[in-house]
Amino acid sequence: MTTPYTIPEVTLDEIKHLVSQRAIDGETVLLNMGPQHPSTHGVLRLLLELDGETVVTCVPDIGYLHTGIEKNMESKTYIKAEVMTDRLDYLNTVGNNFAYCLAVEKMIELDVPPRAQAIRVILAELQRIASHLIWLATSALDVAAMSVFLYAFREREIILDVLELVSGQRMMTTYIRPGGLWRDVPVEFDAAVRNILDTFPKRIDEYEDLLTKNPLFLDRTMGIGKISAEEAIQWGATGATLRGSGPDWDLRKKRPYSGYEQYDFEVPTATEGDVYARYLVRIREMREALKIVEQALNKLPLGPVSTNDYKYVPPPRSELGVSMEALIHHFKLWTEGFNVPKGSVYAAVESPRGELGVFLESDGGPKPFRIHWRTPSYNNLEAMPVMTEGLLIADLVAIIGSIDIVLGDVDR
Amino acid sequence: MDKQLQPIVQKLKKEFGAEVTEFRGDVQVLLASEKLIAASLKLRDEFDFALLSTITAVDYWPEESPRFHIVYVFNSLSKNLQLMLRVPVAGENPTIPTLTEVYKNANWRERELWDMFGIKVDGHPDLRRLLMPDDWNGHPLRKDYPLGYEEPQFTFNYEEIDLSKPHGEV
Amino acid sequence: MGVEQKLGEMGAVTTTLEQAMNWGRTRAMWPMLFGLACCAIEMMAAQSAHYDMSRFGMELMRPSPRQADLMIVAGRVSRKMAPVLRHLFDQMAEPKWVIAMGDCASCGGVFNNYAVVQGVDEIVPVDIYVSGCPPRPEALIGGVMALYEKVEAEKIKAAA
Repeated sequence: MTTPYTIPEVTLDEIKHLVSQRAIDGETVLLNMGPQHPSTHGVLRLLLELDGETVVTCVPDIGYLHTGIEKNMESKTYIKAEVMTDRLDYLNTVGNNFAYCLAVEKMIELDVPPRAQAIRVILAELQRIASHLIWLATSALDVAAMSVFLYAFREREIILDVLELVSGQRMMTTYIRPGGLWRDVPVEFDAAVRNILDTFPKRIDEYEDLLTKNPLFLDRTMGIGKISAEEAIQWGATGATLRGSGPDWDLRKKRPYSGYEQYDFEVPTATEGDVYARYLVRIREMREALKIVEQALNKLPLGPVSTNDYKYVPPPRSELGVSMEALIHHFKLWTEGFNVPKGSVYAAVESPRGELGVFLESDGGPKPFRIHWRTPSYNNLEAMPVMTEGLLIADLVAIIGSIDIVLGDVDR
Repeated sequence: MDKQLQPIVQKLKKEFGAEVTEFRGDVQVLLASEKLIAASLKLRDEFDFALLSTITAVDYWPEESPRFHIVYVFNSLSKNLQLMLRVPVAGENPTIPTLTEVYKNANWRERELWDMFGIKVDGHPDLRRLLMPDDWNGHPLRKDYPLGYEEPQFTFNYEEIDLSKPHGEV
Repeated sequence: MGVEQKLGEMGAVTTTLEQAMNWGRTRAMWPMLFGLACCAIEMMAAQSAHYDMSRFGMELMRPSPRQADLMIVAGRVSRKMAPVLRHLFDQMAEPKWVIAMGDCASCGGVFNNYAVVQGVDEIVPVDIYVSGCPPRPEALIGGVMALYEKVEAEKIKAAA
């Protein structure tokens, strides 16, 4: 462990191979944009080599939020480990649960009833809108548009009210469980979601009025942070970071899961690959998400919300007093957990940031033998130094906002 | 298996002596570590697997050989295909060749392999710790590394645990 | 003819020095922007329009520790971040207070492993612990009000 309370110094020798010759000559300045900074969206440390205000090299230093989730999940049963999955990408909590449950259900070949699939889609799309609202709020705040911050958080409260109605918790819901959902949605769900569908399009118009044709915003974002499609793919970027440069790679269309193929929506793309293009892509994604929620809500089928297979899904409490098998299944699930066949799978969902994938390997026991999270912010952050060559520090701040990273995702 | 994936997998089998398994629709190809770079160059150039999604490792301790399986997940955007490569590595002095020449984003993923598993990567331009502090001892994701669990404090062991923890002072 | 009659005409109030100091300290306490993880999002939500924290004097959050009184440690503190946290705490000027927001800052939370410091009171002295994962914005505001009660009950200590 590090000796407490002394900051390890980064000397020039350690990063000599990463910075240009000018830093070693002393011509350029090495600046630390530290872990605690208002514009780094979390605990990200950037080592900048500056020539005046221009960034010559940018080296990210991560690990300040490393939580050891992958190792910690190996010591818990599958149901209990799901609690930790919420805390990875904490702006897309429903999506993390979704990816985990898809992987577990793929391993044990469990079918999810259609009502559960539709509600999963509705909640995932609402979470996408909530995550894009925070992106909009914080990246607009970084380019000094503070009213957008207050408006976007006001809208997000309405979505969090729906999540709280359904699961009791605003953020870490753990509502999507292997086999379906935790419990059925209450009767007020329909009215609450319809309220969102009625009011949000006008609110998104408000944000567009404030930013899209604003000459100050255009000045700070047009032509900044360009990345071409080939480079983005080489660096493994997915999500809006890739779609802003051209390719329409969206897992909801290419590898549909949980019934996405029934819904009619578009995948917005742009061609310039700069900060403004990614902004436009995400605003349009919010509108498309509203379309998906409307279609799913209109077609919401009736039926159960979990499979009947009590070996994997806990039986309802009403049956515990009546049926002996239900009692035994309940007991086994809570003490030992369910056993998963030996093998390994990879399942992925489209999170608001890109491809969120789970690589799950099991050795036949009740605990995950190895779980690895392919998180989108990790790769998007690795692609960031390519976008910042030759730009000013102020542009760097706008670029970090546009790639929409969440440090919980990067460090796990 | 996807129809387009069949000929690709057959070619890999013939040229590199790979073993192919399919589990729940995912295709996994087991390769030796010497053939890794050639196989990935072929996948990138000939079969257009342009996106390397992730590199990770699985630790099978206490089995010593192979102790680790390194897993590479490749994606092809144009053909919409996914392929996983598994490379077995022995427990004594584990090393694999680097993929940074072929795919640029292998850089951080291989640093994470060194940090979390202690697998040395030959030819990596910048092999140092990524997620743990620079002076950390040990490789956390190995199976013989303890979880670092702290006993919960109940009333019967309150004093004992309190005395063993540091406390911040002004 | 005592002080009481004079009070109405002169417009004066009487108080003790302690009460006046503590009144000043609580009415405009500026928190430091130290959001680490998920609790930071709830802290931002507490700051914005719905659960306004500016009502309690916390109009702005100062990123610089030299200008802040209160450090709200919001989120899990990893072993790599621990020295940075202490460094920032040392840079804050007296008087300073610490709120440990959330379960991870209070006691390590869900994560009982090698990478997370089990409670931020291993590093800095904590005044108020707010529990929850993440605590609701109202819970954070309740914690802030509990801190105000604590500060208002403080006595002046002679400098050691």
